[in-house]
Amino acid sequence: MVDQRDMASIIGEVDFFDGLPADTLELLAGCAKNVRFNAGDYIYREGQAADTFYIIRHGSVAVQLHVPGRRPLVIESLTTNEVLGWSWIVAPYRWSFDAQCVTLVRALAFDATCLRGKMETDCAVGYEMLRRFVTVMSQRLRGTRIRLADMYAPTVNAAD
Amino acid sequence: MNVHPGTAKPVEDPMLPLTYEVVGIKKELPDTVTLDLRAPNGMPFEFEPGQFNMLYAFGVGEIPISISGDTSDPMQLVHTIRVVGKVSQAFAKLKEGDSIGVRGPYGVGWPVNNIKGSDVVIVGGGLGLAPLRPAIYSVLANRGQFGNVVILYGARTPNDLLFEEQLHEWRGRFDLHLDVIVDRAEAGWPGRVGVVTQLIDHAVFDPEETAALVCGPEIMMRYAVQALADRGVDTKNVYVSMERNMHCALGFCGHCQFGGTFVCRDGPVFAYDTISELFTTREA
Ligand SMILES: Cc1cc2nc3c(=O)[nH]c(=O)nc-3n(C[C@H](O)[C@H](O)[C@H](O)COP(=O)(O)OP(=O)(O)OC[C@H]3O[C@@H](n4cnc5c(N)ncnc54)[C@H](O)[C@@H]3O)c2cc1C
Repeated sequence: MVDQRDMASIIGEVDFFDGLPADTLELLAGCAKNVRFNAGDYIYREGQAADTFYIIRHGSVAVQLHVPGRRPLVIESLTTNEVLGWSWIVAPYRWSFDAQCVTLVRALAFDATCLRGKMETDCAVGYEMLRRFVTVMSQRLRGTRIRLADMYAPTVNAAD
Repeated sequence: MNVHPGTAKPVEDPMLPLTYEVVGIKKELPDTVTLDLRAPNGMPFEFEPGQFNMLYAFGVGEIPISISGDTSDPMQLVHTIRVVGKVSQAFAKLKEGDSIGVRGPYGVGWPVNNIKGSDVVIVGGGLGLAPLRPAIYSVLANRGQFGNVVILYGARTPNDLLFEEQLHEWRGRFDLHLDVIVDRAEAGWPGRVGVVTQLIDHAVFDPEETAALVCGPEIMMRYAVQALADRGVDTKNVYVSMERNMHCALGFCGHCQFGGTFVCRDGPVFAYDTISELFTTREA
């Protein structure tokens, strides 16, 4: 069992939290725990309450869109040191996609209700968290927009 | 009298193709083939990584195609061709024993010799891996003269990965890092899904000591260069291959000219800094 101080130092090593002061790390540690999932497990499913967010410490997760009558479409894959999930920060706090483990996954899980409470009572923490999440969201949005160009699409199909 | 640059054989006219025989055909993807060619008299073909040839499908037409083979194997001239129109279609229909016309090699290729001592980041997208392959062979043949070697490859789907066997082989090496990402995939694909720029964000190299070779669709190259610059790589050390359409390949006709630059003669590989405005010029 990891105590809160150990958890704060684990969190401090994560790129996403780089530069946060020690007291903020302690605060975050109060909402965090280590979790583990097996390959194939769903971390969350579309429509469920978004009550946790994750930083992947090991492994790979496929964020999927369920399409009736077809195999799920992988929209994005996330791996070590990346953030999984931001629906916990945007009302009505519901997951928009499924998140399925491609491999064994070890992650830091943060209790969203706990974190939202701390962000609301401490504006500095709230600002820092939002600033970091907005950066991730903007990178992902940019990636999605570039993919919309379908830049590798073939011009014409070959005749066999 | 001119000298045919690839074969060191005197030729009357640099516009005149030599006849090569198709000795091997590999269907890489449903719309992409690799042709192994041999000069009928068994002459070796010398070239630099990143150079291209003008390939002539008799009675159909002539197109520029990069050489995708190994500079250390000059007996085998290798090209990888995607079908987009009538000439490339004609190449896809060839059989072993058929002949095609070849003139070249042309252009300025990847500066593999000038970047020794650096970390090397090779970023390919789609068919862009084909012109990069000779540079990869060359870097790996001289592996001790480079720092970290990173190959990042993006494709549309897992079914569109070019040179898949070779990707596995390179990935199995301990002296390079290879990462692949696709735009879209169905559940069950164990690799990454996203844009190739995401791989740049996480790759291990020293930005101040890095040279990058980038080839793929222009949109992909634009964002890849941006991601490299965001990591701190100086864009004068980033090289891109501009495969804009051309005609004579000798800097005569002006078909591939922009400003004072001819893609065929001064490229296709350019230091990004020298042609950055071309990437940002908008269509009217
Ligand atoms: C230096 C250089 C190296 C190249 N290397 C390769 C290679 O290794 N493998 C390969 O498959 N192709 C390569 N190309 C592209 C290839 O030359 C073209 O696909 C070919 O000329 C198309 O001829 P076509 O008669 O089959 O099609 P066309 O009928 O001429 O064209 C069919 C469609 O493709 C588009 N198109 C044609 N040429 C280009 C181009 N250069 N860029 C973008 N769109 C184009 C046309 O606008 C049209 O929409 C290279 C081009 C250059 C300039």
